Amino acid sequence: MIRRAGIVLAVALFGLVFATLTVHHVERQSLPPLAKRYVELVPRELGAPNVITGILLTYRAFDTLGEVAVLFMVAAGVGLVLGRRERRTETSFRDAPQPSRQASEIVRTGAQILVPLIAIFAAYIITNGHLSAGGGFQGGAVVASSAILLLLADPRQRFDQQFLSSTESAAGVLFVLVGVAGLLFARGFLDNRVLPLGQFGTFFSAGAIPLLSVLLGAKVGCELSVIIDRFRV
Amino acid sequence: MISTVVLATGLTLILIGIWGMLTHRNILRIVIAFSLISTGTHILMVAIGYVASGTAPIIDRGLSTTEAPMRAVDPIPSALAVTAIVIGLAVTAIMLAFAIRLYEAKKTLSIDAFTESKW
Repeated sequence: MIRRAGIVLAVALFGLVFATLTVHHVERQSLPPLAKRYVELVPRELGAPNVITGILLTYRAFDTLGEVAVLFMVAAGVGLVLGRRERRTETSFRDAPQPSRQASEIVRTGAQILVPLIAIFAAYIITNGHLSAGGGFQGGAVVASSAILLLLADPRQRFDQQFLSSTESAAGVLFVLVGVAGLLFARGFLDNRVLPLGQFGTFFSAGAIPLLSVLLGAKVGCELSVIIDRFRV
Repeated sequence: MISTVVLATGLTLILIGIWGMLTHRNILRIVIAFSLISTGTHILMVAIGYVASGTAPIIDRGLSTTEAPMRAVDPIPSALAVTAIVIGLAVTAIMLAFAIRLYEAKKTLSIDAFTESKW
């Protein structure tokens, strides 16, 4: 009873804070100076129509690198927490109901048809990140969704762990190498102007941004697939 | 006006998440409540970045380079939302991994069974 009252009190206080925030919120009429500068600079300096991708992969690319490191640590952490479960399977999951029922015909056939389409869609999202809405993280998440679909269709499916981890490592190393190339040949770490900017708005433009997008997409897709794979019993 | 509605939606989601996290005893439900909080935070960030009658900061036929600083919304909260989504996914994955381990230890997902760390 006392706990219930405490919960109600806490939620009510949070609600009071949030209500105050909402009531006093005033919609912006113009961009703040930093955002204005980004919106002006990204098309002019980096040659990328999508300002958000320009920020993510050049001005704040170091943060993106850190984020990828966080994903790597999560893959390692999930592996650490859930590791060596094969040995336990017989003892601790013996009394659990066996999930041995096969997936239905619809799911299996649907997976066969959809997985190639999802892969093409992911490639489209990743490679058009500098032109339109999309990019490495989003496309990588789409790749991982096809991994989930494959697992739903056949839970005993084995992913090629060796391939996934070596692709992921290679993409990570290349990402950092492109960054170092920016340090040597352009004006700073992960500067996209190591490659020619090209014509504004075309597929091969915006310097190294499409390349970084592809590397990021490969890395995120592999990493998320590894994380999903680790959760299987 | 629009951003105030979106802001209220995000804050309501956060509030529902806090309430769910405090009232439910099942670990999976607590994880879901946490995901609600993180989704609410993303909506909140997008609402903060909105500029009155603005459009997505992507230069194309509908938005020229010269008029972009006048008509685009703030791109920085959007870029941060991408970061926040990835971190939210990471935290959820770790929480679910721990949930599996806790279930293996006590054969239950009720948080009342784990009294060792209670003070």
